[in-house]
Amino acid sequence: MSFTQLILYDEQFKQINEVLEKLYTETNAKVIFLVDRNGQLIASTGETENLDTTSLASLTAGNIAATGSMAKLLGEKEFTIIFHEGYRDNIYISIVGRRVIMVVIFDERSSLGLVRLRAKKAGEDLTKIFDALMKKVESKTEEGVSPFAEITDEDIDRLFSE
Amino acid sequence: MSFINYPAREINCKIVYYGPGLCGKTTNLQYIYKKTNPDSKGKMISLATETERTLFFDFLPLSLGEIRGFTTRFHLYTVPGQVFYDASRKLILKGVDGVVFVADSQVERMEANLESLENLKVNLEEQGYNLDKIPYVVQYNKRDLPNAAPLEEMKKLLNPNDVPDFESVATEGTGVFETLKAVARLVLVEIKKGASE
Repeated sequence: MSFTQLILYDEQFKQINEVLEKLYTETNAKVIFLVDRNGQLIASTGETENLDTTSLASLTAGNIAATGSMAKLLGEKEFTIIFHEGYRDNIYISIVGRRVIMVVIFDERSSLGLVRLRAKKAGEDLTKIFDALMKKVESKTEEGVSPFAEITDEDIDRLFSE
Repeated sequence: MSFINYPAREINCKIVYYGPGLCGKTTNLQYIYKKTNPDSKGKMISLATETERTLFFDFLPLSLGEIRGFTTRFHLYTVPGQVFYDASRKLILKGVDGVVFVADSQVERMEANLESLENLKVNLEEQGYNLDKIPYVVQYNKRDLPNAAPLEEMKKLLNPNDVPDFESVATEGTGVFETLKAVARLVLVEIKKGASE
């Protein structure tokens, strides 16, 4: 297939987490996570213990995809920010570097203005990290090679043997 | 488009169940959910109408075991089958790694099957995919019904390229895991191929 596969390496994962941690502290948020546009969770920070982040990731991506289609119908390129206001918690969703989605969940300890301001800066930092990551994946250098280049048919058979 | 996560030692793939309304896509996922060990599955999410018709999608995360130290995680999605939900169907196909076409075996649903298959091709092409090139299997569901069309006829109509196909009764689970395993295997083979190119 001609699509570039997303591969996340330790180095970029650390950088991403640093950005998220910083944003978490700066905004007093409850939870922050990053999702790719297909609904795969990339990283998360904060009070995630009792949170079903896998489901949230998938629903966030569905939400962004639906909003993107609405934008097209209106002749907009995309809506880059979505905000959900709840009784207790609020969700601020923004698209980062056109390919990943950043989700900030916060309550009354923070405010929309603060989240919006800090998320914008974090988004710029993340865009740089993802640009570097995509370059690395596309370069197919030795360290960019997928671990799946060497799997055998037997490896796959074994997975389905039970 | 699969996602390889080194820090988590995971590979994530997306499989979409496609087919006409009421053919049994959600039932496939429900059976898989029911029969899978709690450790290897997440919550099943269904965005459905009050009458239990799929509105946007069903979602079931599933882990199938390890390959070379990497946990293989499959995200299973269904599309809403009803014709007028086409905009939603297109969205769910984004980033797909493998497709299962669930056909309704009832004779009177043959036209709906063909229409849905054609719709799948068109929607995939819009995303830049070609059904002949992506991991793809066909499932003939509801084989237990008295008005089921002959298998040979269905194969001729719905599977001219002779991709792996399976008879099923999704309500009882017959053929459900065979279908899933077949498409998952094709997806992994494709990833392997893509990685070694």
